[in-house]
Amino acid sequence: METIYRRPALLADLPTHYCPGCGHGTVHRLVAETIEGLGIGSRTICVAPVGCAVLAYKYFVLDCCVAAHGRAPAMATGLKRVLPDRVIFTYQGDGDLASIGGNEILHAALRGEPITIIFVNNGVYGMTGGQMAPTTPLGMRTTSSPLGRDSQQQGYPIHLPELLAALPGVAYAARRSTHSVAEIRRARQAIQRAFTVQLRGLGLGIVELLGACPTNWQVTPVEALEFIEQVMLPVYPLGEFKVAAELGA
Amino acid sequence: MARELWKGNEALAEAAVRAGAEAFFGYPITPQTELLEYMARRMPELGRTFLQAESEIAAIHMVYGAACAGVRALSSSSSPGISLMQEGLSYLAGSEVPCVLVDIMRGGPGLGNIQPSQSDYFQLTRSAGHGDFHPLVLAPSTVQEAVDLMYASFDLAFGWRTLVILAGDGTLGQMMEPVEMPPMRALAVERPDWALTGAAGRSPRVISSLYLDAAELEQSNLRLQAKLQQMAATQQRWESFCVEDADYLVVAFGTVARIAQSAVRAARRAGIRVGLFRPVTLWPYPRQPLDAICPQLRGVLVVEMNGGQMVEDVRCVVRERVPVRFLGHLGGVIPMPDEIEAELAQLVSLSGRAAFS
Amino acid sequence: METSIVVSGFGGQGALLAGQLLAHAALASGLEVTWIPSYGPEMRGGTAHCTVVVGDEPIGAPLVRHPECVVALNLPSVDKYEPLVAAGGLLVYDSTLVQRPVERVDLCAVAVPASEVAQRFGSPRLANLVLLGALLALRPVVTLEAMGAALRDHLPERHADLLQNNLEALHAGAALGKG
Repeated sequence: METIYRRPALLADLPTHYCPGCGHGTVHRLVAETIEGLGIGSRTICVAPVGCAVLAYKYFVLDCCVAAHGRAPAMATGLKRVLPDRVIFTYQGDGDLASIGGNEILHAALRGEPITIIFVNNGVYGMTGGQMAPTTPLGMRTTSSPLGRDSQQQGYPIHLPELLAALPGVAYAARRSTHSVAEIRRARQAIQRAFTVQLRGLGLGIVELLGACPTNWQVTPVEALEFIEQVMLPVYPLGEFKVAAELGA
Repeated sequence: MARELWKGNEALAEAAVRAGAEAFFGYPITPQTELLEYMARRMPELGRTFLQAESEIAAIHMVYGAACAGVRALSSSSSPGISLMQEGLSYLAGSEVPCVLVDIMRGGPGLGNIQPSQSDYFQLTRSAGHGDFHPLVLAPSTVQEAVDLMYASFDLAFGWRTLVILAGDGTLGQMMEPVEMPPMRALAVERPDWALTGAAGRSPRVISSLYLDAAELEQSNLRLQAKLQQMAATQQRWESFCVEDADYLVVAFGTVARIAQSAVRAARRAGIRVGLFRPVTLWPYPRQPLDAICPQLRGVLVVEMNGGQMVEDVRCVVRERVPVRFLGHLGGVIPMPDEIEAELAQLVSLSGRAAFS
Repeated sequence: METSIVVSGFGGQGALLAGQLLAHAALASGLEVTWIPSYGPEMRGGTAHCTVVVGDEPIGAPLVRHPECVVALNLPSVDKYEPLVAAGGLLVYDSTLVQRPVERVDLCAVAVPASEVAQRFGSPRLANLVLLGALLALRPVVTLEAMGAALRDHLPERHADLLQNNLEALHAGAALGKG
């Protein structure tokens, strides 16, 4: 019988702590598949964030460390500078990367650190129970924006790959989603490209992945996929915002 | 090797290079900036890593990252920058990743000024970050000693898997003194068995300070506490001057200790039997050797460039046995030998009366 | 036996460098020495000063309240240090730039037209060496030969072409100090 799908060897055979319908499981699988596909598992180091993915080190069968909240790009910089022939990636959520870690990602990008950033955007702080994140769409109610996010009070959602795409140190910047099989396929390709620019020493690669958070969105897993399509996509257009010329089309 | 004049900050940098530092990450702040500038020239010359970070926060996390790879990494800063680094220090302590940090202290609180100070004593020895830990804190009082301690610091850091902080002040960082530099060490080839290098041919390693289970975190803390107790028992360093026959003792560290030494010499010439006790480790505090001197004493004078921080450790050791006076200057004002002498004279007259009452 | 020397002037007059050269000469002469600069914002535009302590035993305090010798390159330095020089101490100052008399009588004040003399060697910026020469003639903390050697070994490379002028300025100052 032909094997058409198997669990990637770099993903531990464990039940995860993620909620049913959470986007992290899908993204974990895509990252593990990509690293395996590129044949770089024995020289890749993962920097886990603070947030729901703090336990990423339990699931990736890789050398891992856990950064302080938002500091993963700085920690990855330290690792990459002393281990330039290793592959270093951070796995970060939206509060971690876009809020408290805004300065670290901005400057890692400005320096063109050849590292890969896997950025999962679900529009809320998940682990602390659904507070407003810098990525929360306008009008969305969260536990810390109970009346809905109001631009006059709480500002506007951040579009990180678009912002970073403007920087010469960034070799790849894209946003993809995980709400459909077709999008997941495109997401896998984007993750592969974000690693490839590192392997070729072209600069920093970042992929933002829209992921579901049924628990904090207070919807069912299936409804959460619709939520991505109806609420997140209008705010967060998918696409590649920067592709280093060396990477080809 | 011949002695050469070195500026404290630059001497510390060169000593780190010779001790095998492979990576430096830092951020400019007076009065330590020359250390960063020296590294900016020196490290690339040797094919090693230098990076000016976007903030002290990023700098210490870059050190954390590099140190996770098992290399000798360091940073340097001054008081306000150390405050920003405390987050990283706590993570380094929680995951027992070794590194070296230099604090060239300046006046605080807040922006304070850029003049010499010792007001980070509590911060470095007691509260270098959240959670239960102490860094190993070394306080040189001459540029030569700064070099020697820096040279030893990575061995201590890696031997104990601990954070080592060299605590100087603006005076030590800015002054020039004759120094004999130690020889250049070969870089370590072997990485420690906890280092992250990519899991080729072995099972993956994890460096983390996260223990979600209470019992597990307690166990991790108890291991850390046991190590700290062992360090406290074996790593106390100090120097004493003229204590054999001393009736009185001046206790001071770092720059203030050398100023106090001038005062002690002058007081000896004036016939006062006084000695100097200088802690070299601020944590662990050299309690036993100080305690051993106490029975012969009639009074103790503690001099610091702060509002009275180390004096609390001294009082813990001396208890009520003899009077402990404190002379402190804050905000970058440096105590001078003549006022230390005057305080000593006060101490002598007061404790003299006490002895006859 | 310790001697403390303060060199003070406007930023750019070479006060810190003069002190450093003296410290190098002291070390090469087998003495113990410390050099410490002022490092505040005053470096830019205000006065810059350094303290050099030379002795035959390891130096304790690298700073002193009442220096035994002061080399003052400008009026603010004379104003600042005239009250601070130790009784019986030495105040050597540039009388080209400082026209007011020194009032204290319990110290030795030596007026040297340093900027004027320095001009003869090509630049008023050599006034620091003229004054240092005068100081060493009166207080031979190190010999002029040791000072000359320190100049040869430690003059910043960008000034290397001025070595001879520096040496001549030093010796001219020493002659004025003796006279």
